[in-house]
Amino acid sequence: MSIMNRHKFLEKNSGPLVAAILVVVSIGGLIEIAPLFYVENTIEKVEGVRPYTPLELAGRDIYIREGCYSCHSQMVRPLRDEVERYGHYSLAAESMYDHPFQWGSKRTGPDLARVGGKYSDDWHRQHLIDPRSLVPGSVMPPYAFLDGEELDIERIADKMKTNRKVGVPYTDEQIESAAHDLRMQAGSPYAEDYSGFEERWGGVAIPDIPTNKTITEMDALIAYLQVLGTMVDFSTFEIDAPDPDDLSAEIQTDGTEG
Amino acid sequence: MTNNDHQTDKTEVDGHTGVETTGHEWDGIKELNNPLPRWWLIVFYATIAWAVAYCIFMPSFPGFPGLRKYSDRDKVAEEIALASNERSELANRLLSDLSLEAIEQDPELFQFVMAAGKSAFGDNCATCHGVGGRGFSGYPSLADDVWLWGGTLEDIKYTITHGIRSHSEQTRFSSMPAYGEQKILSPRDIDNLAVYVKSLSEDVDNPEAIEAARPIFEAQCATCHGKDGRGNREFGAPNLTDAEWLYGGDLRSIRAQIHSGRNGVMPAWGDRLDDATITALAVYVHALGGGEQDYARIDDQETEDAAGGK
Repeated sequence: MSIMNRHKFLEKNSGPLVAAILVVVSIGGLIEIAPLFYVENTIEKVEGVRPYTPLELAGRDIYIREGCYSCHSQMVRPLRDEVERYGHYSLAAESMYDHPFQWGSKRTGPDLARVGGKYSDDWHRQHLIDPRSLVPGSVMPPYAFLDGEELDIERIADKMKTNRKVGVPYTDEQIESAAHDLRMQAGSPYAEDYSGFEERWGGVAIPDIPTNKTITEMDALIAYLQVLGTMVDFSTFEIDAPDPDDLSAEIQTDGTEG
Repeated sequence: MTNNDHQTDKTEVDGHTGVETTGHEWDGIKELNNPLPRWWLIVFYATIAWAVAYCIFMPSFPGFPGLRKYSDRDKVAEEIALASNERSELANRLLSDLSLEAIEQDPELFQFVMAAGKSAFGDNCATCHGVGGRGFSGYPSLADDVWLWGGTLEDIKYTITHGIRSHSEQTRFSSMPAYGEQKILSPRDIDNLAVYVKSLSEDVDNPEAIEAARPIFEAQCATCHGKDGRGNREFGAPNLTDAEWLYGGDLRSIRAQIHSGRNGVMPAWGDRLDDATITALAVYVHALGGGEQDYARIDDQETEDAAGGK
């Protein structure tokens, strides 16, 4: 009996057959899963990336809920035409606090990875209410209703806790003051702990003129859109290839930054 | 249950085709053990060999760049360097603070600047200012000769670089108060003011309102918009007498603007675009229809005119 006929033994005995199936499947599994244990050293260390503020995080949830990812990617690929149109190509570290990331691959609309700061808040509001009033050829549906929906602030602390469970380094203080900080970033005059906000979210801008208006889902979505791709300062950023020896250690200690 | 019972270890050759059977038999039907086509097998083994070679030569494992040391990042940097080399001779000339006149008088450079400006405009500016700079309500038309902050090449360049009410430290800034929302003026005063403002550019038959609003205009609005309402570019305060409206020219729109004082924001592009692109954009916008001459040139012109007049 040649070796090619040995399978007849397995075919006739279900116990060894199950064992052999396990062996084969685990080889496949090993090859797919093992690299994930080393994925951290493919994320290069980048300065400036911080977890989303409560308002931005709430906006991100609206973004996901409304399925914006179905038409908009958030991934500038390292190709010349993309870099010239959208800006610096995306870095892995820029989505390290995204659970799940919003890279996407469908571009009915433009890529949004670097849309933050490209347009004014008012532009985003008008564009979300009636896209064709600003971009006549647009096929984007209007999202005017978001401006009438009051944002659910009660659950924001829980959302941050959930994010912490999957690795986003929110501090206890940040979670405790989540609702307050959300109101503050949205410009609510009833939120008053300026120095606390500054301490927890150093560098995040607060509107100059407070507003008495209800904080809507659109406010949160716009805050999220305005932070996309703005965390890394590319005028000082230098590309360096990841060094596998020391990077994983650095990332672990670096997680709380921002 | 299974067909195991029908299997035999003995190989059997099918009489009709002369091919070995697999030994499997279902109700008297037997399976021929034809070999896989040779071409298929070769392709199959070739793909395996390819995969192995790929893993060795290309970056396939974390921490191992592959023998070829291929990198998407290097490639895109190379391509961009190559492209900017092709453009650099012309682009570099833009960087050396050429005057508008000098750019206009060099046909090759001017053509390049207009093409580059048009492409950058479509990518970055048309979303707010419209294709060809026609503008939208709240977003000024760039194709006319009405300028809020000035229409010389230098003015336009400054506005593009630093923006208006943007995050840039050198941003152009001014603030139209929300006279209604902040309860600075009564609704009646605002009604009258709206009529007054409208009357600056067209005939309005409402003398009582105009007379009532005149002192309010002089007290509240004249500081920025000027006593005659002709505006002031230092504050980006629009000329109210020219029948050109950013937020609409009907009474209702004028009233709404006095009530809520919308202050448009233009992002600063200095961090996003390089200097040559900004210059190209400025020249393009300048050429869209309403660009103004440099102050120096205007002064020269006036001196000449004055001299000629005498």
